[in-house]
Amino acid sequence: MGNTINAIIKKYNGDETRLMDILLDVQTELGFINDWTVEQISKSLDIPQVEILQTLSFYHFFHREPRGKYTIYLNDSVVSNFYGKEEIKKVFEEELGIKTGQVTPDGLIGLFETACIGMSDQEPAALINEHPFPSLTPDKVKNIVKLMKEKKSIEDIKGNKYGEGNNSHYLMRSLVNNNIREKGAVIFSDYTPGEAVKKIVKELSSTDVIEELKKSYLRGRGGAGFPTGLKWEIARKAKGDIKYIFCNADEGEPGTFKDRVILTELPKLVFEGMIIAGYAVGAKYGILYLRNEYRYMKNYLEHVLQEMREEGLLGSFINGKKGFDFDIRIQCGAGAYVCGEESALIESAEGKRGEPRDRPPFPVESGYLNKPTVVNNVETFCTAVKIILNGAEWYNKMGTKESKGTKVLSISGDCERPGIYELEWGFSVNDILKKAGAKTQDVLAVQVGGPSGNCISEKEFNRILAYEDLSTGGSLIIISKKRDLIKDVVLNFQHFFKEESCGSCVPCRTLTVIYEKIIKKIVDGKGTKSDIDNLLSWAAFMKNNRCGLGQTAANPTISTIKNFRQLYEEKVKGNIELFNPDFDENSAIKDYMEVVNKK
Amino acid sequence: MSIFVKFTIDGQICLAEEGKQLIEAAKENNIYIPTLCNFSGIPPKGSCRICTVLINGKPATACTTKVSENMDIKTSTEELENFRKAVIELLFIEGNHFCPSCEKSGNCELQALAYRYKIMAPQFPYLFPKRSIEAWHPKLIKDHNRCILCKRCIRGIKNEQGKSIFAYGKRGENLEINIDKETSKNISDELAQKCMDICPVGAILVKEKGFTVPIGKRKYDYNPIGSDIEKK
Amino acid sequence: MPNKKKIIATTSLAGCFGCHMSFLDIDERILDLIELVEFNKSPINDIKKFTKHCDIGIIEGGCCNDENVHVLKEFRKNCDILISLGECAIMGGLPALRNGIPLSECLEEAYLNGPTVKDANPRKIIPNDPDIPKILNKVYPCHEIVKIDYFLPGCPPRADLIWNALYALVVGNEMLIPYEVLKYD
Ligand SMILES: Cc1cc2nc3c(=O)[nH]c(=O)nc-3n(C[C@H](O)[C@H](O)[C@H](O)COP(=O)(O)O)c2cc1C
Ligand code: SF4
Ligand code: SF4
Ligand code: SF4
Ligand code: FES
Repeated sequence: MGNTINAIIKKYNGDETRLMDILLDVQTELGFINDWTVEQISKSLDIPQVEILQTLSFYHFFHREPRGKYTIYLNDSVVSNFYGKEEIKKVFEEELGIKTGQVTPDGLIGLFETACIGMSDQEPAALINEHPFPSLTPDKVKNIVKLMKEKKSIEDIKGNKYGEGNNSHYLMRSLVNNNIREKGAVIFSDYTPGEAVKKIVKELSSTDVIEELKKSYLRGRGGAGFPTGLKWEIARKAKGDIKYIFCNADEGEPGTFKDRVILTELPKLVFEGMIIAGYAVGAKYGILYLRNEYRYMKNYLEHVLQEMREEGLLGSFINGKKGFDFDIRIQCGAGAYVCGEESALIESAEGKRGEPRDRPPFPVESGYLNKPTVVNNVETFCTAVKIILNGAEWYNKMGTKESKGTKVLSISGDCERPGIYELEWGFSVNDILKKAGAKTQDVLAVQVGGPSGNCISEKEFNRILAYEDLSTGGSLIIISKKRDLIKDVVLNFQHFFKEESCGSCVPCRTLTVIYEKIIKKIVDGKGTKSDIDNLLSWAAFMKNNRCGLGQTAANPTISTIKNFRQLYEEKVKGNIELFNPDFDENSAIKDYMEVVNKK
Repeated sequence: MSIFVKFTIDGQICLAEEGKQLIEAAKENNIYIPTLCNFSGIPPKGSCRICTVLINGKPATACTTKVSENMDIKTSTEELENFRKAVIELLFIEGNHFCPSCEKSGNCELQALAYRYKIMAPQFPYLFPKRSIEAWHPKLIKDHNRCILCKRCIRGIKNEQGKSIFAYGKRGENLEINIDKETSKNISDELAQKCMDICPVGAILVKEKGFTVPIGKRKYDYNPIGSDIEKK
Repeated sequence: MPNKKKIIATTSLAGCFGCHMSFLDIDERILDLIELVEFNKSPINDIKKFTKHCDIGIIEGGCCNDENVHVLKEFRKNCDILISLGECAIMGGLPALRNGIPLSECLEEAYLNGPTVKDANPRKIIPNDPDIPKILNKVYPCHEIVKIDYFLPGCPPRADLIWNALYALVVGNEMLIPYEVLKYD
């Protein structure tokens, strides 16, 4: 085992900033990372054990004790629950004879839960040894467990009903479907890899590229909507000869899965966008930060990168141009939503816990290894390539005044046609409901932009999706009238934020716990009117957290109190403030009665 | 030569060296901005958020901000003061703070801030988390019940070989401070004392020390935290 | 001056009577207080039952058993205003040190395994007479059981704090809190 560890560390040149890769590889080899292993890594890298633990214990998918030869992570997202996750969980538990969170006594199979794995269009889904198993049914589960008990290989367990498109590529063989329902003119339009690189080498200087992007008014697709041309320009002007381009493929916002599909079908478009960014900014290195839930794509993506090297699109002298050098590596995450925040992403790629940095300085001034770093979303890079190919003028003809071009949407929840829709900006929520096959009269609410976004009611279904009206990173979860909004949605989201807070800021670390606790109390029928008022007023404290996670972590609650207050009032009706309805004497003395009755 | 810049705090015109940490710059102008995770001389990490001020209308932590010309800073708005109270209360309910039996009582920065803000009881429910007290170390006690996770020990303490002794473990509500068994093994008495002193609360104690100063003579018995800055 | 004397009731739940002692530390001001208020149910005058509705109820101690809960609820019913007096009422205080430990472990340590009881309890009995109060799974701050209107911290609260608070409440003034009287220990 010591040899295995040393070989892995050697592979990364004993570089402590590659600790994430070292831990991922060690876990793949040994199954888990115990104290002895931590000690070995600590000795080899010459860093204290607590610092290794600091990284190791931060990430959800690292574990310090065995979690089974087969490790099942059942998706606990809102949509997974809509589609019968509880039943699937029950069948797993029955078939395995264990509870969630346990490993079978023979050490063969472990059953766990995890936050949204980016499969909201094909729920309920699970990851088994990092391979996605979408659209689970009780029968499928029974069969999977049977095969696991027979110790079949994961390939055998998957079977051969691979998803469409590149999902069935021999390096991926995934059961995932793309569900592309509507293709638009920008992302899912004709594309010949390498053309944009050829064009810039021939016709455009780095400043020309930036000018074109600025003229296009392209804004980042990761949620914050920062102008991309401006970001690249600042990075270009930033001092330093080494610069980095990061592609953010952490896609952790529950309900979002568009980057999964783009990476599956158009990886070269993404990488070409990074190359162009490298050219514009003067960076020679790119890193694709891939969430652990998408690690099943890694071999396939590595293969695509290799192809691009062979095609002369990556490496030195790109397209024969002297000084145009660029290469890309893939950095996998290990389960932490906050790592989608750009500075946490950088910390993680440096081998640390994913704790967001204080700003300023911004990553464009001081990012990865303290060098100027551009971080953009998967879709942003793709859009940039098409703008370079077709020009800003072409792009500006699409969309609205402040939102140009198209947007790739992840649509899920209570509708007939969940999946990917690429639409020109300027569509209304009603348009989307119609396209996705949801009847307006059956729809209670639409969650726009994931848990950190806004939960709107029918009154607002005519609002327009655009930066100037309802801004979104692209996910819409449709919630029908048969759902208990507070229990099925709000509670799940508040739990999510509590689990995903990095814990650094006081309001985020503590109030996420309290929001979940009080929502739970209200769901249990033990809330009071002052609980509702408190939840509303405490939200102001969240504004002062360091990063977007904490700043928006009360949104599931406050947007539903604002738009669906009557649902809350129904749940607290009849509860008086003078005597706390949450205190129940019988359950408070239960432990005592058990002790004295035992004898 | 250093350049001085002019800026305002709550309307008062202030002067300080350009690029100086806002906490220090305010202090030089006799204005106290409450802090907890900040510790003079070690790099800031805006984690407690209590020093949040408005800079040109936008919230920012004063400990991570460098002053520049014409900054318009607000620190004593009602909203900010309510926020600070909330931060203090949240730290009380998040841990297990039994002040009457705490070695640091009277000298504790968290408690002192609560006194300054006249907090009678927190507005949030107590969480009573299950937390441990570690006493395996030959010189130190780590009481997790009182730790406010401010990272001062992580940022400010290195052993004689320059290695870290403290680091975070886990995340979110389970966040904790771990002590390295190896790198902390042979620390000197002075370093152990430094660990205790850098901790704003009673979460790091030197063994067999405590209650050395009688009630009435402790740091914050009569003088509110920050009053030394404001009195000047 | 109010035209009618305010009626006060007090009790000690899971407390040590220290807060009541500190109350008496208002010294000669107790004479002024008697001019302003009348005491009903309270250990101070040994009145055991409420004989009338009260204006102010003062609670020392948190709730560690079901009897504490019953008394607290009775106070809530019989008093317009409730005050949590001292750390124990506010947050459980030192008795709440047990809150992180399962009750069964606490009882076993107290009656079976602790060094002082190990040999003294040969029949290994954990007291279970139906007439003795039943212990709660944790010690509850009073405001987690009923609504509490005011809080006076301290272990014990300084006499001046208690005096200032009562005086303000009875006379209807704003309460003075000089820095040195507000302490948590
Ligand atoms: C908690 C949190 C999670 C985020 N997750 C993602 C993500 O998964 N993908 C993404 O592109 N941006 C995410 N972002 C936004 C990034 O910080 C950053 O703004 C974005 O990657 C910049 O790219 P863009 O300008 O192309 O949008 C997240 C932000 C926060 C605060
Ligand atoms: S807001 Fe939350 S997630 Fe973001 S840095 Fe602060 S604690 Fe971490
Ligand atoms: S650390 Fe401070 S606040 Fe906590 S118990 Fe000790 S004195 Fe009280
Ligand atoms: S031990 Fe003390 S210094 Fe370290 S994080 Fe906890 S409270 Fe801060
Ligand atoms: S002192 Fe500035 S955030 Fe803590």
